[in-house]
Amino acid sequence: MIRVCVVAALIAVLPWIVPSFVVFDLIFVAAYAIAILGLVILTGMNGQISLGHGAFMALGGYVVAVLAHAAGWPYWAGVPIAALACGAFGLLIGLVALRLAGVYLALATFSLAVATPSFLKHYKSITGGFGGMSLQPVTVPAGIPLDPQRWLYYAAWAVAGLAFLVSALIVRGKFGRALRALRDNPVAAVSFGVNPYVYKTLAFGWSAVLAGVAGAFYAIPTAFVSPDTFSFALSITLLIGAVLGGIWTFWGALLGGVVVEFLPLVAQQVNAGAPSVVYGVALILVMMFVPDGIAGGLVQLARRIAPRPAPPPSAEPSPIATSAPLGAIGGGISDPKP
Amino acid sequence: MIPSLRKAAAGVCAVAFSLTVTASATIPVEAADPGVSANEIILGGTHPFSGPASAYGNIGKGIGAYFDYVNDHGGVNGRKIKWIDKDDGYSPPQAVQLVHQLVEQEKVFAIFDTLGTAVNTAIRPYLNQQGVPQLYVATGATTWGKDYKQYPWTIGWQPDYQSEAILYAQDVLREHPKAKIGVIYQNDDYGEDMNNGLKRGLGSHQNMIVKMASYETSDPNVSSQIATLKASGADTLMIFATPKFAIQSMVATAQQGWHPTIYLNNVSNAIPYMRAAAKAGGAQFLNGIVTTIYLKDPANHARYANDPGMKLYEEIMSKYIPSGDKEDGNYLYGVSIAYTMVDVLKRAGKDLTRKKVMDIAANLVEKDNPLVYPGVVIRTSPNNRFPITQMISAKWLGSDWSPSGILVDTRPMTMAAK
Repeated sequence: MIRVCVVAALIAVLPWIVPSFVVFDLIFVAAYAIAILGLVILTGMNGQISLGHGAFMALGGYVVAVLAHAAGWPYWAGVPIAALACGAFGLLIGLVALRLAGVYLALATFSLAVATPSFLKHYKSITGGFGGMSLQPVTVPAGIPLDPQRWLYYAAWAVAGLAFLVSALIVRGKFGRALRALRDNPVAAVSFGVNPYVYKTLAFGWSAVLAGVAGAFYAIPTAFVSPDTFSFALSITLLIGAVLGGIWTFWGALLGGVVVEFLPLVAQQVNAGAPSVVYGVALILVMMFVPDGIAGGLVQLARRIAPRPAPPPSAEPSPIATSAPLGAIGGGISDPKP
Repeated sequence: MIPSLRKAAAGVCAVAFSLTVTASATIPVEAADPGVSANEIILGGTHPFSGPASAYGNIGKGIGAYFDYVNDHGGVNGRKIKWIDKDDGYSPPQAVQLVHQLVEQEKVFAIFDTLGTAVNTAIRPYLNQQGVPQLYVATGATTWGKDYKQYPWTIGWQPDYQSEAILYAQDVLREHPKAKIGVIYQNDDYGEDMNNGLKRGLGSHQNMIVKMASYETSDPNVSSQIATLKASGADTLMIFATPKFAIQSMVATAQQGWHPTIYLNNVSNAIPYMRAAAKAGGAQFLNGIVTTIYLKDPANHARYANDPGMKLYEEIMSKYIPSGDKEDGNYLYGVSIAYTMVDVLKRAGKDLTRKKVMDIAANLVEKDNPLVYPGVVIRTSPNNRFPITQMISAKWLGSDWSPSGILVDTRPMTMAAK
């Protein structure tokens, strides 16, 4: 709780400390964090691997953009619609996902990500085709003494806070236990009366809602959407962010958002020619030395520095670090046939 | 005594006042534009150094090499150019973030040669709102030249794609009036611009197009598209494709025993690409292919052996990018466009402001760019913001493009597009 308050306070004061272009970057951190949170719930908690979350972000971004561009809707009205649309689409994909396990699900969702740009180009009367759509810049409602950038920053982080809060409430009780049980031992979970179809589909749906909201906040600051905005690389970036940040905990989503936003920028300073090399090396190093991601690494570090009797770990004991290696994920995904 | 004192006081006041006025008229203007100091001009750009379009990253490196060369030869009016080039991975959101950083943190004087239609569309509103020049964007969409009233701080450089396709249409109407045209095109804004140009050029003869086939950049190859076009009975093939797919198209026609008259778009006509196609498909299939040219080709050693511009290019490459492939036209594009940029800065003189540079960029007659095709003039005026509009048709003769006819100025057609 203390940690949450500290981070919230930090987020509140940051735009008054850092330069304005960093404030702009931090808006994208919020978007990434929301999307990665969806992966933490779907992949980390439930063991379903998605390489297609960029497609949900595209849907969310385009729903907001089309509503604003064609119908003149304000952004705040478009975001909930985007969330609903993505939720519905996510449930649909979730039903398909039930029939696919492990790497097959990853490939199927990846095809979704690859197909998205072509799809967007095809329906050009709605999406604006390859040229995309330019949007109006964000305006501040009357009476709020903020510049547009800080206003968007607070809006994005307020939504991110809400997303984290609601997600925490959802996964904290029975729902979360069912998700984990289905991941760790589907046979046992089913024999205890957990309905895998309901829970896995719902996990997919909620994860898609988060990705859709993230997509909206990815599109709004850029004030432009095009098929290139949501290339298939975005889906991979999200999964990399989840793994680097820590896929077993909500903190990992936040840290993952920071990493995928700033690592490419920092990598450019290190070597202008090959940022992707720096990116890859960072990924390998994290996997070698802190397989639970940065969040897991920080928890370990904290324990080593100040050993406490039994602190409630913020990170779940990870299957990688404890007994069952990646097989746990595979086991979670293996299709429980009735 | 007192009146004279008063007079003196009045005089002093007047002088002081006029000083203040001059000061406020000149100094703040100079101070208002970031990125220029006594000995430095900061220019920023973004290119795809990673991702699917990373081949174009060499344009940014070519620009850097030319700026290094200029700096080593005294700079521009006593100032050195500092070139900050970032990797946008061809992603519009990434480019927007980087451009914010370039403008707000690096305090660049201008943004130069950002690459790609989507990227430039995404950053254009911000730069125009900030009043930062978005100079010579590396894309041939028509919007850069025609929407200058809405976006006065943005300008393109290379010929627009529609005009190029119009030239092919005119060539078909003149040389093969009974042709049945098949088109292979990239399914994006680039392909669409080319198709629009072709249709405009054909005018009332659009029914000469019998079949159009598209591909995605994620497609592994285009042989099925070529088979479709062959089956349609077309006898003329328009290749509106980026290099990899253009080479595949030429090879596929050879492999499928199809002998259409081929028109090949400019972006894929570098000699190394033609050699690659000849190697895989057989040299005789390529003879007679028609294309257009507006830059010198660094792989055409026979034609430019004694060309001073090409010597300069090779000198710059040897010194500043010794490991780079000199025959890669992307480097040459970079050096050539950087030449125009430096030219504009030189003409703007010692007293640099963004407004002044923009005015000069949009009112330019540059006849001495060393790397454009001989005779091409880079020309803009306040009402005409298409810098390069001249092109020449060329035919492939075994090992080299042979220019045919004269330089055509597509400016009238370009202007008609408005």
